[in-house]
Amino acid sequence: MSDSTAISNSAAAETHHEHPPYQRHHFETVEQQADTTNFAMWLFLLTEVMFFGGLFTSYLIMRNWYYPAFVEASHQLNIGWGTANTAVLIMSSFTMAMGVWSAETRRKGALVLCLSLTFVLGLAFLGIKTIEYHEKWEKHHVPGLNWSDASFLNPASDPEVHKDYPGDQPLAPDMAQKAQMYFFLYFAMTGMHALHMIIGISILGFMIVRARAGAYTTGHVTYVENFGLYWHFVDIIWIFLFPLLYLISRH
Amino acid sequence: MSAATIVSLPDQSTARIPKMNFLTKENGLLSWLLTGDHKRIATLYLISITFFFFIGGSLAGLIRLELLTPQTSLMAADTYNKVFTMHGVIMVFLFLVPSVPATIGNFVIPMMVGAKDLALPKVNLLSWYLYIIAGFMVIYTMAAGGVDTGWTFTSPLSTHYLNTHVISTGLAIFVAGFSSIFTGLNFIVTIHKMRCPGMTWFRLPLFVWANYAASILMVLGTPVLAITLVLVVLERTVHIGVFDPAYGGDPILFQHLFWFYSHPAVYIMILPGMGVISEVISTFSRKRVFGYTAVAFSSVAIAVFGFFVWAHHMFIMGISNYAALVFSLLTMLVAVPSAIKIFNWAFTLYKGSITFETPMLYAFGFMGLFTIGGMTGVFLGSTGTDIHLTETYFIVAHFHFVMVGGMLMAFLSGIHFWWPKWTGRMYPEKISQFAAVVTFIGFNFTFFPQFILGTLGMPRRYAAYPPEFQALNVFSTAGATILGVGYLLPVLYLTWSLKYGAIAGNNPWQATGLEWQTQSPPLTENFLETPIMDHEAYDYEWLEQQQQKEVASVG
Repeated sequence: MSDSTAISNSAAAETHHEHPPYQRHHFETVEQQADTTNFAMWLFLLTEVMFFGGLFTSYLIMRNWYYPAFVEASHQLNIGWGTANTAVLIMSSFTMAMGVWSAETRRKGALVLCLSLTFVLGLAFLGIKTIEYHEKWEKHHVPGLNWSDASFLNPASDPEVHKDYPGDQPLAPDMAQKAQMYFFLYFAMTGMHALHMIIGISILGFMIVRARAGAYTTGHVTYVENFGLYWHFVDIIWIFLFPLLYLISRH
Repeated sequence: MSAATIVSLPDQSTARIPKMNFLTKENGLLSWLLTGDHKRIATLYLISITFFFFIGGSLAGLIRLELLTPQTSLMAADTYNKVFTMHGVIMVFLFLVPSVPATIGNFVIPMMVGAKDLALPKVNLLSWYLYIIAGFMVIYTMAAGGVDTGWTFTSPLSTHYLNTHVISTGLAIFVAGFSSIFTGLNFIVTIHKMRCPGMTWFRLPLFVWANYAASILMVLGTPVLAITLVLVVLERTVHIGVFDPAYGGDPILFQHLFWFYSHPAVYIMILPGMGVISEVISTFSRKRVFGYTAVAFSSVAIAVFGFFVWAHHMFIMGISNYAALVFSLLTMLVAVPSAIKIFNWAFTLYKGSITFETPMLYAFGFMGLFTIGGMTGVFLGSTGTDIHLTETYFIVAHFHFVMVGGMLMAFLSGIHFWWPKWTGRMYPEKISQFAAVVTFIGFNFTFFPQFILGTLGMPRRYAAYPPEFQALNVFSTAGATILGVGYLLPVLYLTWSLKYGAIAGNNPWQATGLEWQTQSPPLTENFLETPIMDHEAYDYEWLEQQQQKEVASVG
């Protein structure tokens, strides 16, 4: 066998002490592994910022172009459900943070509880989102598939919303059409967010099983920590979506 | 060792390929498909991108055959549109973007930084699977009838007028995009966190710097392309969206979002190639790269400036004159770091002990062709000349000089350079030098006439053209034939060398990189012990001392 270590320093040669089972072979130390995966997760979140950035840019430009349509279309959203969902997500972020803390302090029961609560709150968010989507379908506000301009051509035809926003004027037909653009972006943005939630919830389910087996309470918490980062990130996306879609046109 | 070569091979009568190496460690298909070893994943990537390169290349051959005559004689105009679109899609997303980073980069970066593997081996494997899924989706698209938007998916053409397979192609590129994001992410994390003791940032080989810069572009640019394609696909599915003016959308918004990725993508494609050239030029002129720091930072500068020039693709698309002015100036700025590289390589050659092995021949090809490609880029970056030249064959010639003359030359240079490390065997020198020269000649024959055609006003993307352009087109097609031979030859002799090539030994080039200080092919864990970097990059004196010591100890 040839010499493959022309430059290795024998004095510093690694003495092969026992590695904990969760240390991957290509890392020198557990600290390096934790540091590396943590950095990778932050970098991944950066790519996610750029990913959603394209959607936010499109939204802001279209909102500038078709301001009246966007204002009236956003009046159609149900602020009650939106607020409830924001609260649900913030709560889930809290339980997630508590989950990371439980893993760090090696409390298995608390960890499983926190992850399960996060799981349930995540599902609750999706449930509420489904109710909202259903409402849009019934009101013919799904662009392309089930669409009617009626609420924007004649706001009075929609007494429930008109009661809250009596100042909404009938829009000209071409502008009323553009409400469809608002809902296109609404579905694209909340849908992309919901997709991230679904991925997160699936990983959570897997993590709960592993946590019950004690995988994260041995001092190796990077997996929980990094997932926490992802979960908070998805939460933060919603924190931007909620005001931009629901609140910005409310006076 | 003769004066004309630096190659030093072990005594062939006694030399053996090390029994234990990353290729022989485990056997069976599963050990490859489930591997976490960066060298095996690089090998998988090499095989798959070569496959797609030849599909893309055959399509290029069809394009050139069609353009042999002024009429649409070989295929109908619609078919021609599909052929050049598939050529562009495959070459850009399935060959050029992953070419050097995912194959050579994947193979050598962990060794160059002295690590056992990339930081995230499973993500690395996932990246290859995503690439393969994207590849299958593209093949499906071709089998199902193709797509004819051009690789740029220009809206509203892609969202409104066409009835071809835009959705499957768009999703394929979405998936390929994530493959490239994961590669880039892995590189950045590895370069930050996995360097061996003593490996400071300014001891990293320039190949690592170049890939680092390209990775930044991949990580920040590709997600924007991904979401843009999602919006295009949605727009086609529900017939409402933000790009199509018929629905109230803005096609310029599409252009902005698309080129926000696709301009940096040009640097994703060229930067790793520049990294290869730095390694090769240094090794075959036996000198430290002149102005190491300047070359390192010029890579980063290209990455940073690369994000602020995208609108130069849109000068004729209705952006404001002031925007055009600013983007034109910024475009000129990118020429500076590129020129820094070219000048520094030239100064590295100055008073170096130059030898002309195959990687060096390709590197010389790169320097010449990239310079022409880059300079014509300045013509196109000037708003005035751009309006005359854009959408003509001048553009086609320009980006083929950069991408084929530049990147493909660099890729082949790198493949020859690291082939002994990868396989443990040398490629045959004479025939590969011949192939390098054939490629260079064929390339110039193919693409130089296209500059002239462009200035004469021949538009790109048409199957037919006025008869007065025929002579130059015949030249170009003839050149493409030569070029095709130039690309086929390496496949043949490299495959041949797998079994019959001379045993390379650890360091046939007497190169300084850490990857050359380990056995060829390397062990799965690259080094027996974690290396310690105690010298600067490209320190040939250190290497000499090291070898003297070795001889002394053996003696």
